[in-house]
Amino acid sequence: MGSLLRVSAALKQGQITPTELCQKCLSLIKKTKFLNAYITVSEEVALKQAEESEKRYKNGQSLGDLDGIPIAVKDNFSTSGIETTCASNMLKGYVPPYNATVVQKLLDQGALLMGKTNLDEFAMGSGSTDGVFGPVKNPWSYSKQYREKRKQNPHSESGDSDWLITGGSSGGSAAAVSAFTCYAALGSDTGGSTRNPAAHCGLVGFKPSYGLVSRHGLIPLVNSMDVPGILTRCVDDAAMVLGVLAGHDPKDSTTVHDPINKPLVLSSLADVSKLCIGIPKEYLVPELSSEIQSLWSRAADLFESEGAKVIEVSLPHTSYSIVCYHVLCTSEVASNMARFDGLQYGHRCDIDVSTEAMYAATRREGFNDVVRGRILSGNFFLLKENYENYFVKAQKVRRLIANDFVNAFNSGVDVLLTPTTLSEAVPYLEFIKEDNRTRSAQDDIFTQAVNMAGLPAVSIPIALSNQGLPIGLQFIGRAFYDQQLLTVAKWFEKQVQFPVIQLQELMDDCSAILENEKLASVSLKQ
Amino acid sequence: MAAPMLRWGCRGRRWALAWVDGGSCHRRGAPTGSTSNRIRGQSSLAQQPLRTAQKPRKGEHKWAAVVGLEIHAQISSNSKLFSGSQVRFSAPPNSLVSFFDASLPGTLPVLNRRCVEAAVMTGLALNCHINKKSLFDRKHYFYADLPAGYQITQQRLPIAVNGSLTYGISAGKERGQVIPKTVRVKQIQLEQDSGKSLHDDLRSQTLVDLNRAGVGLLEVVLEPDLSCGEEAATAVRELQLILQALGTSQANMAEGQLRVDANVSVHHPGEPLGVRTEVKNLNSIRFLAKAIDYEIQRQISELENGGEILNETRSFHEKLGCTVSMRDKEAKQDYRFMPEPNLPPLLLYDATSLPTDADPQQVINIDQIREMLPELPSVTRERLVQQYGMLPEHSFTLLNEVGLLEFFQNVIKETRAEPKKVTSWVLNIFLGYLKQENLAVSESPVTPSALAELLDLLDSRTISSSAAKQAGVQWCDLSSLQPLPPGFKRSASQVFEELWKREGKTPGQIVSEKQLELMQDRGALEQFCYSVMKDHPQVVMDVKKGNPRAINKLIGLVRKATLNRADPAMIKEILEKQLSL
Repeated sequence: MGSLLRVSAALKQGQITPTELCQKCLSLIKKTKFLNAYITVSEEVALKQAEESEKRYKNGQSLGDLDGIPIAVKDNFSTSGIETTCASNMLKGYVPPYNATVVQKLLDQGALLMGKTNLDEFAMGSGSTDGVFGPVKNPWSYSKQYREKRKQNPHSESGDSDWLITGGSSGGSAAAVSAFTCYAALGSDTGGSTRNPAAHCGLVGFKPSYGLVSRHGLIPLVNSMDVPGILTRCVDDAAMVLGVLAGHDPKDSTTVHDPINKPLVLSSLADVSKLCIGIPKEYLVPELSSEIQSLWSRAADLFESEGAKVIEVSLPHTSYSIVCYHVLCTSEVASNMARFDGLQYGHRCDIDVSTEAMYAATRREGFNDVVRGRILSGNFFLLKENYENYFVKAQKVRRLIANDFVNAFNSGVDVLLTPTTLSEAVPYLEFIKEDNRTRSAQDDIFTQAVNMAGLPAVSIPIALSNQGLPIGLQFIGRAFYDQQLLTVAKWFEKQVQFPVIQLQELMDDCSAILENEKLASVSLKQ
Repeated sequence: MAAPMLRWGCRGRRWALAWVDGGSCHRRGAPTGSTSNRIRGQSSLAQQPLRTAQKPRKGEHKWAAVVGLEIHAQISSNSKLFSGSQVRFSAPPNSLVSFFDASLPGTLPVLNRRCVEAAVMTGLALNCHINKKSLFDRKHYFYADLPAGYQITQQRLPIAVNGSLTYGISAGKERGQVIPKTVRVKQIQLEQDSGKSLHDDLRSQTLVDLNRAGVGLLEVVLEPDLSCGEEAATAVRELQLILQALGTSQANMAEGQLRVDANVSVHHPGEPLGVRTEVKNLNSIRFLAKAIDYEIQRQISELENGGEILNETRSFHEKLGCTVSMRDKEAKQDYRFMPEPNLPPLLLYDATSLPTDADPQQVINIDQIREMLPELPSVTRERLVQQYGMLPEHSFTLLNEVGLLEFFQNVIKETRAEPKKVTSWVLNIFLGYLKQENLAVSESPVTPSALAELLDLLDSRTISSSAAKQAGVQWCDLSSLQPLPPGFKRSASQVFEELWKREGKTPGQIVSEKQLELMQDRGALEQFCYSVMKDHPQVVMDVKKGNPRAINKLIGLVRKATLNRADPAMIKEILEKQLSL
């Protein structure tokens, strides 16, 4: 099945029709239903779009590389006529009357919308385990590569109970691409929510520069850090999608004018001898798994051996990033969530003694503990008496963190190379031993500062761990040097030759798994 | 739009008197003059224990009131501050609501250029420093008509700061004299309006209309430089005129395009300021003045009776004429201000800072807006005084009545009559008729051209001074201004009265139909005089006996006989001649 660009070529050559492709993906969605990657499957919409695409191909009027390509969209992007829940009771049944700009751009290029993918409630989490529709399962749990390794380990239990998390919060999108149910998916990235699950699911996870891609229609987590993310199976695919999405949107005042050339086609870097790769020393933390550490250093060696300059750089304020993020994130969350009051859309409780009582009960019922906790913290930080001590200070620290990057890049570094995650994906049962806040703080450690600075960053799968699970490394570029960043990532991708996930076994077994699992509660709307 | 303004305008006779005795609040503590008492006596304030405050007992400190205003002016623009929805008053509920206005998740604000220009223009007109960089903030509170749970405003760095507003207070002693006063403008900020909540107590429901949600507002914050209701009212009226002259707001209080909240406190001069209250729900200039004066007196008597003033929000009760505590707003709100992350800083340029390659559609040039500023009311008034030799007070009246200045200027354009005469006619007779019938200038049945023609007839002495005794216009009561030339006013008034009947006749037609022309035939008039003397020998005797009043009786009888078409001066001359006096 391969990459988006390859299947796009097949469509153009008539080797496969959009409808055939669409049906193939729909059947895979059904087969992998137990992954819980999708909240809503928009089968009818997709088939209709496929039909239209097919007509265009027949008439020689294809809209381009994306025409007829199945894609999935995280369920925090507004989709006209298709329920958009943010995996929250609060928005169950909410059908937006408009498309997010990024969704509209994909549809305008002829993409087929397969459905809306699962996430942590309102994208608050790093496991895709805390949504109202249940956790997302990592397709690698069922891969040949992982299963074979597991069989070798006498301690591992058989059966399905130790399935792995995808990471998050865009875990549904990552699982959807990883399980071949679509060729690209939109995630969102506020502190690593696209890169983290990409690393755990063996995908390219790209977070564009802040201001390059419109947020209009993306239900916000932290407006000043949110960016639509792109999940694909290879760097070229990500670049192609970025080319479609990037650009000023009159509906999003934070998007910049004419930032990049389009269409975005990456050149193949013949040699890296003119490149300077920075290795931030603060990213070498004790919690980093030795396996990832050694892969990281092998990657650095690879660049060096190919002639690139590799230097150690310092990002001295990195360690303050998480606590700073906590203040800024919760404050914006408190503000952004204020609109969910049950009056106009979404959930409304039955209590009608007073407007205030209705608000309170609606919000109590509509939000999970994580969301409510963040709302409470955020309101605390924004109180008049606390604002200076928390919010203003956090903003100052944010500036220091952003300046760290500026200084590193000004010292001649083109791209920073870091791990994406501390370890490979962990089993769900292991993951939920810690609460959401602890997990988010741990898991965002390498990805989060990038959002503070608005920089582009991409996680590239490098190799499988000893357990047979994917490991990703992260490249960070200068603001609006997204193309350069992806060019370097493409070179690296070519060098490491990351293996394709082997899911044949899963596809064969899935009927059995489906029977074992009582997944009736998971809605698969068609 | 005029009805409520007119209601104000009609009762404005009281208001006009307040102009004359504008000094009342500046002599706080001193015994008030009779005029002042009369003014106050007309309001329900008379029932309040304000005399004690006005006349402090011996040895007692004087009280001073400190009043600051927050004024919200709806920007006159086609679309809302951050969305493309139309702005229109009294449209069907929820018919002008975009996804953003309804706060659908994922929608983002996009700043309306027109609103920024209006803010800059208003800032310049109020002598403000325009901040080349200003910021937007979110102000949080839960309310049914605030769908986002926050309002986007400019708390930290507003678009304009440190300005001033000059207004005029009539000074009492000398007629027509107006003393300029200045209140500092702290800042002008751009912000969103909220929707409207309608409470249906019967069904215990709240209905929400979001048409207004997101309309651009200019919040003009005045420093507490004001000291009484009249000053506040006059300052607001001046601001209203400025906004209307600029076209940045229609500023109609009755339609909620201009809303005023007053911060009121009292203290002894030289001592720290007292605890202040905020008075809301002031939807006319008259109520604004009443509410502030009431609140000042309430605070003084509260303090003098050993009570204390609570920092609270109070609402003005129009029917009772008093302020009442708004208990539901007693709990102090923490608005949890936060920078609005979806709007970059608002950058403005001037001629020197304008980037050379800037797209004119993307930048706002302050200097360019300055050049576009129209004539401001203060300049207009000066011009009127200079050009037409009217009293400053008259220039205020001309501007204060909506449309009156334009009417006046149109009459001036078309008539040969002297400007002073035009001023007098417009301000006395014309305005008097309007007020009596509660009409706006725009609703007047008399056009500027008709009045101009009438004044021309007067000017050419075509109309008799004594032709129109039955005019029946109580213009004399209205006339606190220069007296009209004797003899000409009544007949003209009659013509005016005919004009007022909207029969579509020109003054010339009326004059000839009603035979109101001056009797030019001296011989005929002599005949009338002769007959009158013949019929009233007793009166003639009285005259001859030297009763000075008897001649007037004869004049009256002759005028009656001529159906008031004769000039009394001429009658007197003929009579005197015939009686050989």
